[in-house]
Amino acid sequence: MVTYIFRRLVTAAFILLGASYFVYLLTAASGDPLEEFRANPTPQKQQLIDARTELLQLDTPAPLRYFKWFGGAVQCLVPFGNSCDLGKNIAGQPITDALGNALVQTLTLVTAATVLAILIGITLGIVTALRQYSTLDYGVTFMAFLFFSLPIFWVAVLLKEFGAIGFNNFLRNPEVTVPVALGIGVVLGIVTAVAAGGHLKRRLLAGAVVFAFVAAVLTYFSATEWFKTPGLGPVVIAIAGIGIAFAVTLLSAGLKKRKALQSALIAVAVGVVLYFLLQPLLNEATFIMIVLLAVGFVLIGMGIGYLMGGYDRGQSMRAAAITSFLVGFLILLDRYMQAWPSYFNNSRVRGRPVATIGASTPNIQGDFWVLGLDSFTHLILPTLALIHVSLASYTRFTRASMLEIMNMDYIRTARAKGLSERTVVMRHAFRNALIPIATIVAFDIGALIGGAVITETVFSVRGMGFLFLDGIAHVDPNPVMGVFICVAITAMVFNLIADLAYSALDPRVRVKA
Amino acid sequence: MAEDSASRIASAAGVEPVLEAKGLSQGQIVRKRFLGHSGAIIGLAVFAFIFIMAFTSVGYLGIPGWWKYTHEQVSPLVNDGAPTSSLWPLAWGEHPFGQDRIGRDLFAMTMRGAQQSITIMIVIGLIAGLLGVVVGAIAGYFRGWAEAILMRLTDVIIIIPALLLAAVMAQLAGRRDQGSWFASFASTNGVLALGIFLGLISWVSLARLMRGEFLSLREREFVDAARISGATNARIIFKHILPNAVGVLIVNVTLTMSAAILTETALSYLGVGVKAPDTSLGLLISQNQQAFATRPWLFWFPGMFIVLICLSINFIGDGLRDAFDPRQKKFNARKAKDPLGPAGQTGAVTGLDAPEREGYRPGPPADGTRDW
Repeated sequence: MVTYIFRRLVTAAFILLGASYFVYLLTAASGDPLEEFRANPTPQKQQLIDARTELLQLDTPAPLRYFKWFGGAVQCLVPFGNSCDLGKNIAGQPITDALGNALVQTLTLVTAATVLAILIGITLGIVTALRQYSTLDYGVTFMAFLFFSLPIFWVAVLLKEFGAIGFNNFLRNPEVTVPVALGIGVVLGIVTAVAAGGHLKRRLLAGAVVFAFVAAVLTYFSATEWFKTPGLGPVVIAIAGIGIAFAVTLLSAGLKKRKALQSALIAVAVGVVLYFLLQPLLNEATFIMIVLLAVGFVLIGMGIGYLMGGYDRGQSMRAAAITSFLVGFLILLDRYMQAWPSYFNNSRVRGRPVATIGASTPNIQGDFWVLGLDSFTHLILPTLALIHVSLASYTRFTRASMLEIMNMDYIRTARAKGLSERTVVMRHAFRNALIPIATIVAFDIGALIGGAVITETVFSVRGMGFLFLDGIAHVDPNPVMGVFICVAITAMVFNLIADLAYSALDPRVRVKA
Repeated sequence: MAEDSASRIASAAGVEPVLEAKGLSQGQIVRKRFLGHSGAIIGLAVFAFIFIMAFTSVGYLGIPGWWKYTHEQVSPLVNDGAPTSSLWPLAWGEHPFGQDRIGRDLFAMTMRGAQQSITIMIVIGLIAGLLGVVVGAIAGYFRGWAEAILMRLTDVIIIIPALLLAAVMAQLAGRRDQGSWFASFASTNGVLALGIFLGLISWVSLARLMRGEFLSLREREFVDAARISGATNARIIFKHILPNAVGVLIVNVTLTMSAAILTETALSYLGVGVKAPDTSLGLLISQNQQAFATRPWLFWFPGMFIVLICLSINFIGDGLRDAFDPRQKKFNARKAKDPLGPAGQTGAVTGLDAPEREGYRPGPPADGTRDW
């Protein structure tokens, strides 16, 4: 194993060396960094040219300049050496600083999108595989193909137009007329009826319930101006929490496990009580506090499960912990909604909350919640644009993997020995279907750091992709190299992790030592 | 290496015996399956329609087309440039897709853009397919040093960002005065040069797949038999192994092509692909996105054509994969659970069934998250 890793790392180092040399030459060959001065009629022309030549060491030919750059870059490998030097960009800023800023921007942009795409994609993939040939399956498959075919810049511009400008106009006077509410209800009802499965009667019933619910809620929201002062309140949290408790128990333990269901329900009750106790504390919230509270909620859930006891303590603990965490999330959501009016009327926002460019409103003042809402409204559109790209591939891949697993003999064995369908799907099939997906997730996380060039361009986020594109536009090799090195190293490391993870998860696959 | 995944396990439960293959050659089976895939047939029809319309309407390579305008021609604004076509009553009008601000006909521009996209797609498909097969075959068949060198080469190329190459090419093509043969070629045939460049980097994933196919096929008995009966390496490769690997090849070339369209439009959008005065679908969107509020049609029609071309190619690829995949059986999940047998579902043969091949990863997204 160690030999294998060592061999992979040595190969990777050589590949990186070759590729980086090539990339450096290409960037240097892509144009003339002095071009903007050459046509400059001012008398300082020569000085400007000399200054930039000095800064970028243009007097050294590119094939040799690479080695000067390489000499600085190698020092980054010395741990705690603090002498990392990736050169300077065309404006004289050290690349290491620029990379740090860009990395933060990129990760905030891409992380949420990737996590959501993975969660939704895997769920959709599993459901469509279990309902092969259903209307839902055909619908999701078509959607996946459509998403593959949508150019992201086109989607991004549409999102800006309808998601930001249109939605902001709506928020100015948030009124849902009755026909619109009925229309949305009909659409969602049809979607539910298609997705529900089972006999026609059951589908129609589910669709009708959803239609009535959505239409009523929208009319209620419109009448009470909910969109201006949103909030959940303890009642909604309690009702939603009970729903969550049932769903979590159904998936993680099965509804027959009474102890698990009871623990989950108790966790909901505790959560509703905590809702009232936490409000004053949440007014002083910091990021660390939210993390600690999340951990606290999980621990409370586990504690409830543990105290419920019974012969199958683990399942109760798991169900209660997940439920408790989700209820905590609802409380967090409610607190954010409470901060919405103050964000909405902020002098910097002026009633147009959904932003089309940047990562935050410049010079915004406010507490933790207002700032959180600010980054949320800035992130939502790029996140939607990014999700649609990766969602399709996760859905297709999970579906394929799940279908293959459901064909296996051990699934037939599991059914034959009388296990419930839930156990077969969740415990025998789902876990094995995740193995190939784990490697793809590792690849994608490795690729995260490269940023999303087009999304960053359209939404003016100054992340890694922007740095890269900007470097190319100004024929500036150092930022390009900085981004390239970061991306290549993470990609290679995560490639290795993916291979190792595969062999760890699937005992049939062994790495050659 | 860990990539020898152990997922090549024949499916068992709920699989019907293959009766459809009786007395037919492989080509006939593939054709029959492909024609039975309604999504692929619709995709093929849509693509053929767009192809014919794009290449005949505004003319190609100096041959004049049947449409009265060209993409560069300025004509007086009709109806303030709004589209004149309508569905009911069905009418074509003077400018069916409308006009831009200075009066160029959007239909002509979109058709020209579609020509460019399709040209690039085909060039990339041909070059990537050819290089991928050659490199993959040599590496997978001969192994040893050839494999080590070629695979390290693919490792190097796969991490070089396409965006950078396109930018370099765009710069080189921009310098017409330099007089090198490449600059003059690139400036006169911008699209072809871009296609060739992109083709030169997109063969790597195909090469890896083909190597995998060759690695497993060269160990099979029929290859041993051919070798014992005195066949040369070339004969084994071309006559025995390649026909068995052609399914994977065609499917993945199709998917590379659908990804290539998105790559081309994305590069043109970023300003390093096709450049004005020529036009492409991505460039049209990039030029007109500011005018969305006033002239939305300038934005809708080119985007719609990108989506249509790409979607039809994806469906064709899906149909081809199902047609070529020998593991594709009519699997019915309900029947596997239900001991009473098929519940009237057996007729539903479309390509959406059956697990994908393990080598297949649905086309890479056009955004930078993965490729660049």
